[in-house]
Amino acid sequence: MNKYVERIYNGIWKENPLLVLVLGTCPTLAVTTSAINGMGMGLSTTAVLVFSNMIIAALRKLIPDRLRLPAEIVIVASLVTIVDMLMAGFTPSMYESLGVYIPLIVVNCIILGRAESFAMKNGPVISLFDGIGMGLGFTIALIMIGAVRELIGAGTIFGAQIMPASYVPCSIFILAPGAFFVYAGLTALQNKLKMPRAKKSCSGNCASCASADSEEAAK
Amino acid sequence: MMNLIVIAISACLVSNVVLSQFLGICSFLGVSTDVKTAAGMGGAVVFVITMATIVASLIYDFVLVPFDLVYLKTIVFILVIAALVQIVEMFMHKCMVSLYNALGIYLPLITTNCAVLGVALTNAQNGYNFIESVVCGFATAVGYLIAIVLLAGIREHTAGNNVPKSFQGVPIVIVSAALMSIAFFGFSGVIS
Repeated sequence: MNKYVERIYNGIWKENPLLVLVLGTCPTLAVTTSAINGMGMGLSTTAVLVFSNMIIAALRKLIPDRLRLPAEIVIVASLVTIVDMLMAGFTPSMYESLGVYIPLIVVNCIILGRAESFAMKNGPVISLFDGIGMGLGFTIALIMIGAVRELIGAGTIFGAQIMPASYVPCSIFILAPGAFFVYAGLTALQNKLKMPRAKKSCSGNCASCASADSEEAAK
Repeated sequence: MMNLIVIAISACLVSNVVLSQFLGICSFLGVSTDVKTAAGMGGAVVFVITMATIVASLIYDFVLVPFDLVYLKTIVFILVIAALVQIVEMFMHKCMVSLYNALGIYLPLITTNCAVLGVALTNAQNGYNFIESVVCGFATAVGYLIAIVLLAGIREHTAGNNVPKSFQGVPIVIVSAALMSIAFFGFSGVIS
């Protein structure tokens, strides 16, 4: 059981698709105008990811190598169509606000990326857990970005008033430029967190430190 | 005619595909290091998107709608686009080798460039006819070209700037994109 839990931990923290692997930025920037939109997008992507991982892993020995990508795309697109119809039927208001970004889950790099790098090489059950982990990691990151933008841009989180009434919302944060600013801040924060790690490995040998610096710059 | 101009300006400037709809961010940030490559990538995207909207719109109007298969549009569009990109890639490999080498890995990535599928889906969703779809597709792609060439120009000028350490690399490029996005916001008054 341990390796299944490890997959989920891996997806949420160690290899978070959005914050560490930097996959799937387009839907991220577009739908995170509020925390609830981020959650809707995250959960629908998770549903597609879990099932596509499971189906592709189950069929991995049947799919000829040359038809790998088309087969994967057809499987993912069918699942997305199902999710699209379910959301249109059961959550019409969410469907309205996410709009064209639901069918665009097909081209989310996270899904094809996991299919290629994990589901094609592993069994269905562990791929299912990998899908859950990656999907949850994506959802959590989306909710966090959505919450930051909603808090600054409208003074609320999940629609509940958080800021005092005297707070004047900085509405640019829920408009297009705000998405770029928050994303820039996020990547800068990531750079910042990565930097001290290079210093910690200093062993008093300045030559190795210089090479570590240039490695860091090369990245 | 007026209708077409409105669609074109709206798709190209007001709701710019990269800066306000966030489609095609990956290549926008990835290939914008110098103006020449950016213009090449932009040109390839203009070509692919225009072709894709023509094909997708014809299939939508004459196959999917008459046979009541509209719900298959996502699957059909993505396959058509993937096939089209393959053809363009082979064509460029044969006839435009230097551009092919310059674009490198980004050409196949146009398949997963959400802008191509996004335009096709938007056209279907808005119920545009064939001419409107093609105009919208072309204008959207020109919007992408404008945005990526402008960003590449900015990046060429700011490459030597002294940027705070944690903002070096990708973050400062995204900040540039954010400022461009604010500038493009000014166009929203053009069409009421």
